[in-house]
Amino acid sequence: MIVLLGVLVVVLGFATRRNPLLVVGVAGIVTGLLGKLSPVEILKTFGESFASSRSVTIFAITLPVIGLLERNGLQQQARTLIGKLGNKLTTGRFLTLYLLLRQVTAAVGLQTIGGPAQSVRPMIAPMAEAATERRNQGRPLPEKVREKVRSHAAGTDTVGLFFGEDCFLAVGSILLITGLVNSTYHTHLEPLHLALWAIPTAVCAFFIHGGRLLRLDRTLERELVMANAQLAVEQEDAQSALQQDDAQPAVQQDDAQPDVQQEGAPGRSARSEEGGAVK
Amino acid sequence: MIKSEWFFWLVGAVFLAMAAQMVFDRSNPKRPGTAAFWGLLGLCFFYSTWVNEKSLPAEPLGVAVLVLICLGGFNLTGKGKPDTTSESERTRLAARFGGKLFIPALTIPLIAMVCAVLADKWKIGGTPLLEEGSETILGLGLGAIVALGVGMWVLRERRVTVPLHAGRGLLESMGWALLLPQLLAVLGAIFQAAGVGDQVRKVTESVLPDGQKLAAVVLYCVGMAVFTMIMGNAFAAFPVMTAAVGWPVLIEQLNGNPAAVLAVGMLAGFCGTLCTPMAANFNLVPAALLELKDQYGPIKAQVPTAGVLLGCNILIIYLFAF
Repeated sequence: MIVLLGVLVVVLGFATRRNPLLVVGVAGIVTGLLGKLSPVEILKTFGESFASSRSVTIFAITLPVIGLLERNGLQQQARTLIGKLGNKLTTGRFLTLYLLLRQVTAAVGLQTIGGPAQSVRPMIAPMAEAATERRNQGRPLPEKVREKVRSHAAGTDTVGLFFGEDCFLAVGSILLITGLVNSTYHTHLEPLHLALWAIPTAVCAFFIHGGRLLRLDRTLERELVMANAQLAVEQEDAQSALQQDDAQPAVQQDDAQPDVQQEGAPGRSARSEEGGAVK
Repeated sequence: MIKSEWFFWLVGAVFLAMAAQMVFDRSNPKRPGTAAFWGLLGLCFFYSTWVNEKSLPAEPLGVAVLVLICLGGFNLTGKGKPDTTSESERTRLAARFGGKLFIPALTIPLIAMVCAVLADKWKIGGTPLLEEGSETILGLGLGAIVALGVGMWVLRERRVTVPLHAGRGLLESMGWALLLPQLLAVLGAIFQAAGVGDQVRKVTESVLPDGQKLAAVVLYCVGMAVFTMIMGNAFAAFPVMTAAVGWPVLIEQLNGNPAAVLAVGMLAGFCGTLCTPMAANFNLVPAALLELKDQYGPIKAQVPTAGVLLGCNILIIYLFAF
């Protein structure tokens, strides 16, 4: 039973955010000693299993060509393509399309063309926000709505990557499975078979997350109506307060736009309708 | 016959060539450690060939692996300033090359697939062209080489050092993390040698009633997700849960299809990654990059998908893997 402490070392090490390499090294040595292996046997196990699991690291062979393509504008070209797609779509439809694109490109080994720094920040989040702003008659978005749109832009990128890349046979997780099983249990698994078995989950991920993104449009619409109505009420209050103080209406709160005033009345009625629908 | 060992030598040679470049890279503040790490890794790729053949002892390789762990673990590796193109140059180059940029990238999976599917039909004098059992890996290697040739031709790049430098830039920015999956595979083997698998199996068998397929599948998938949430890393959870439930119960005891069980099990772990702040690079970094007030915003957007998808993974294993 005591060898299970080795598992505990791994769990604690990762959970307390120690350097993963050290966690693996320490856990390996501790587990070996607890399992009554001699130090030489531990070294031998390290060596033999390293030798038989080299296939896990071979994806490094694709780095030169990917690096060459990136220095010649691969990511920029991907952005141009996405830019052409997203100009007329709603937020949810645009993000669904991006989800599909991210899954498909990751599945053919192009994991690096997307990502929070590569595509979400410069491209996906601004375009998703712009699409919601079009729904909001071009006015800036209330903070809560903006946060939601940006969060979904980031989430879509991650979901697309996770459930696309495993359909590519030369990705870390697939090679880890084959390396681990082939060196530990002395059988033979082909990366291609594992990659094919990742496809059903990838399809489910697209329909589940894509479905949620399409519903996001309605949620955003509802929240915009509510936020605008609230804004209008606050503004009326502020204005009446200002009028009491005999001040100029031009001195308004910073994020309140002049045209919100005219929308105030319909906004409020929409909110009460909404309340009725919820009941 | 093309052997898989040749391909491992090629990977080792690429690591060594990049290490040689690192030695002379004055922009890297941790130049000696970085070059030592990748150089030693390259040498290990060669030495391993004879360890596999059992003609050289494995212990020196074990020592080398521990040295690699220390070099990476004590932060002795770093990265230089890559000699690359600027954002505006890239935009200009992208406009010039356009869709052609995707051709070399798509060459890799295309050739890998072709090799995997057609390998047993290619024979020279009765021996298969590609070593049996390594078709996919060799296909990837061939794909990468051909793609590099295609890329240099399409982009009119004559110097081989340019892609090597560009690849080194990516290698350095990934750093020692690139070796983590392989070391986790090593850890799995040590667990097995030390008898962790047997112990966990005893625990699992006492918890799981015999032949309870659905319960075992749920335990494996939910265990993967929960361990991943605690550790922040599905790769780290995988050797543990596979030794505990995946291999002994689902595959050996219940005769599950190994490829299906393990591939989908890993994806169940990814569902956990979507829900945990421990996976900072996927969940917290985007929130910071997008200047979100709520740093858990992306996690909140992902949790419902992760939950439903975990259920799908359980069903996929339960319905199709046996």
